[in-house]
Amino acid sequence: MTKQIFRIAPGFEEIMPEEYRELVTDGPYDRSVGVADLGTFKELLEEHPLCAGCGLALSLRLFLASLPAPADTVVVGSTGCSAIAFPQVGLHNIHGLFGNQNAIASGLKRALKLRFPDRPKDVVVVAGDGATADIGLEMVMHSWFRAENIATVMLDNEAYANTGGQESGMSPRGAVLNMAPTGKKFEKVAMPEIARESGCAYVAVTSPANARRFEKAIRRAILVARDVGPTYVQVFCPCPTNFKFRPDETLGVIRKREKEGVFQYREYITPEAQQYLAASEGEKR
Amino acid sequence: MIEQRVALMVDEVFQPTRCESRFITGSEAVKEAIQRSNITMAIAYPITPQSESMHLVGDLYAEGYIPDYFRGESEFAVMGQVAGAAMGGVRVFTATGGPGTLRAFEMFPCWAGMRLPIVCCFFTRGVNSPLSIQPDTIEMAFLLDTGIIMLHAEGAQDLYDFTLRAFAIAEQTDVHIPVGVFADGFFVTHTREMVTVGPPDVKLPPYDPHRSPVPAMDMEGVPVRHMRDPFVMKSNFISYAAHASWQQEILAAVERSRKYVHEYLGGLLETENEEADILIMAAGTAVSQSREAIQLARAQGIDVGLVKIKCLRPFPTEEIQHLARRARAIVVPEFNRVGWLAREIKSVVEDNSRVVGAPRVFGGMTMPSEMILAQLQACVPATR
Repeated sequence: MTKQIFRIAPGFEEIMPEEYRELVTDGPYDRSVGVADLGTFKELLEEHPLCAGCGLALSLRLFLASLPAPADTVVVGSTGCSAIAFPQVGLHNIHGLFGNQNAIASGLKRALKLRFPDRPKDVVVVAGDGATADIGLEMVMHSWFRAENIATVMLDNEAYANTGGQESGMSPRGAVLNMAPTGKKFEKVAMPEIARESGCAYVAVTSPANARRFEKAIRRAILVARDVGPTYVQVFCPCPTNFKFRPDETLGVIRKREKEGVFQYREYITPEAQQYLAASEGEKR
Repeated sequence: MIEQRVALMVDEVFQPTRCESRFITGSEAVKEAIQRSNITMAIAYPITPQSESMHLVGDLYAEGYIPDYFRGESEFAVMGQVAGAAMGGVRVFTATGGPGTLRAFEMFPCWAGMRLPIVCCFFTRGVNSPLSIQPDTIEMAFLLDTGIIMLHAEGAQDLYDFTLRAFAIAEQTDVHIPVGVFADGFFVTHTREMVTVGPPDVKLPPYDPHRSPVPAMDMEGVPVRHMRDPFVMKSNFISYAAHASWQQEILAAVERSRKYVHEYLGGLLETENEEADILIMAAGTAVSQSREAIQLARAQGIDVGLVKIKCLRPFPTEEIQHLARRARAIVVPEFNRVGWLAREIKSVVEDNSRVVGAPRVFGGMTMPSEMILAQLQACVPATR
C-alpha cells in the first residue's frame, strides 16, 4: 500500500505543465493542512475550466483544504460544474451519472466498510443543486433514510449552471432563468430541513465567504459521517455567469444575501453527534 | 447455514465431483448459483418477474452467506449502488427486468465504461404501454450495444450455470466488464425443471480487486482519476481520441471474453444436426420450443438442425457464418415483436434472404411449436 500521489515518470518532468508538477510535489495529499494554509500548497490546478469568480470553484478550494484525511477520502461527484473541476485535483474521485452520486457512494462506502472494517475511509459526495435537490433527490434522501455513513455536500449555485443557466429547485423564487422565463414559481427546496428530518446527524448551511466556518462545517460533516451517521452541508456559492454579476462581486453577493437574511449560516447537530464532536474536538485541543 | 469452503480451483464449483438434482424454478436456480458464488454484496429492487430471485438472495443474506444486502430505492439507484460497490473492490450481484431495465438503462454502458465486473440477471418482460408484466425479450434489443457481455439462458439449468460462470468471465483481467445473464421472464423464472447443482458447501474463490485493469477506489493506491482533463467536455482532438480509444478498449474487452465463454460455457453456441438443410437459430426459451418443433418436423420427414445461441455479446459471428454456409434456410423464432435476433443473424450471413425472421410472438403469448413447424414446412420447397 502506498499513500504517495502520482509521480511523474522520470524524464517527463520538464514537459509537464508547471502547475501539474506543483500538484504532484506540493499537493495536500496525505498532509494535514487547513484553509489557513491555502496559498502554501496546490489543491486545484489554476487552469480548471470553471468561470472567473465562480463561487463553486472557491468553495472547492476550501473543501480540498478542509478534508481531515485526503489520502483516505474519495469524492463522489455528479454531472455539473464541479464535475469538470474534479479531474484537476490530486484526490480520489468518481464521476457517476447525473443525480446518482449518493447511490454510488452508498455502495462504495459499504464495500469499503466490509473490506477495511478497522480503517476509516471517508466517502464524501460533492454535487451541485440540480444533482442534489432535483434529479438526485430520491437517492440523496434514501441514503439518509438508510443512515449511510457518507457526507453529502451540496454546492448550491442556485441554477443548472453547467448546462447554461436553467432554473433548479434551489433557485430563488422569482429568479428569471432559462426555463423560468417569467420567474421561478416556488421557493428554494428546504434541503437543510429535509436533511434533518431524514436522519442526518449533522446539517450545516455555509458559504465560502467565511473560510473558518466553512472548514469547520466540512470537517464536522466528514467526521460525524465516519462514526455517527449521514451528514449534509449546503454551500451557498453563487454563479456570476448565470446570475450576471461581476466575477469580483461573488463574496459581496453572499454577504448581501446574509445581511438581508435570505442566506443564513446555521448548524443542526443531533445530541449523539454533539457528544461525538465534543469528544473528538476536545481531543484535538 | 452450511459451512462453506472456498474452492481452490473454480472447476471445483463449475464441474464438481459431487452433484445433486433439484426440481426448482429459475428464481431458485439463481439462489443456488449465488449461494456458491461467494459474493460480498447484493442489492435488490422489486420488479416482476425478477423479484423472487432477489427475495431468495435476501434469504441467503439472512442465513449468513452474503455479508451485505439491501433494497435500493429504484433500479437506477440500485445500478449505481452496485457500481459503487464494485468500484470499492467487492463481488456484487443484482437482478432486474423489463421496465426496471429501462429505468436503469444509463448505468449499463457506464458499468462497461468503468470496467466493472458486475453480474446482473435480466428477467425479460414487456416494456411498452399498455402495462404488461408478460414475457417478451424486446429489452435485449436495447441492450445489445451497451458494451456488456450478454448470455441468454434457455432454462433453469442454464440460468444456474451461466450465473455462476458469469463471475469467472467478468473477472478476468483482460475482460473485466459486466455480464448480463438473460432469461425469459415467467417461462424460466416461475417454472420448475430438474437442475443439477454442485455441492452447497463449496464456493468460488473470492474476487481479487488487484486483478482489475482499473484500480479499485479503495484509497490503497495513488489517486485514481476516472476522468482526466481531456475527457471532460473539451472540443479538441485529444478529447475525441481519449473517448474513442476508451470505447475501442471496451469493445476489445468484449472480444477478449470469447475465449472465456468457450472455457466456461463450452462455446458461444451449441448445435444439433448442424448439417441439416434447414437450421433453426434461436436463443432463450425459443430454443426449447424449437426442440419440440424439430420432433414434429422429423415425424413428417423434414430434416432440421438446431443452433442454440448462448452468447449474444460477443456475437458468434464466425460460427454462424460457418454454419449458415450450406443451409438452405435459417428459421429464427423469437419472443418479441422486432425480431432482433433475426436482424443480428441477417447482418452476418451471406445471402440473407435465406433467413426467415419468424415466427414471432409477443405481448406475453406462448409460442406453440406448431407455429415453428409451419415455418419449417414453408421452407421445404427451398431445400429441393
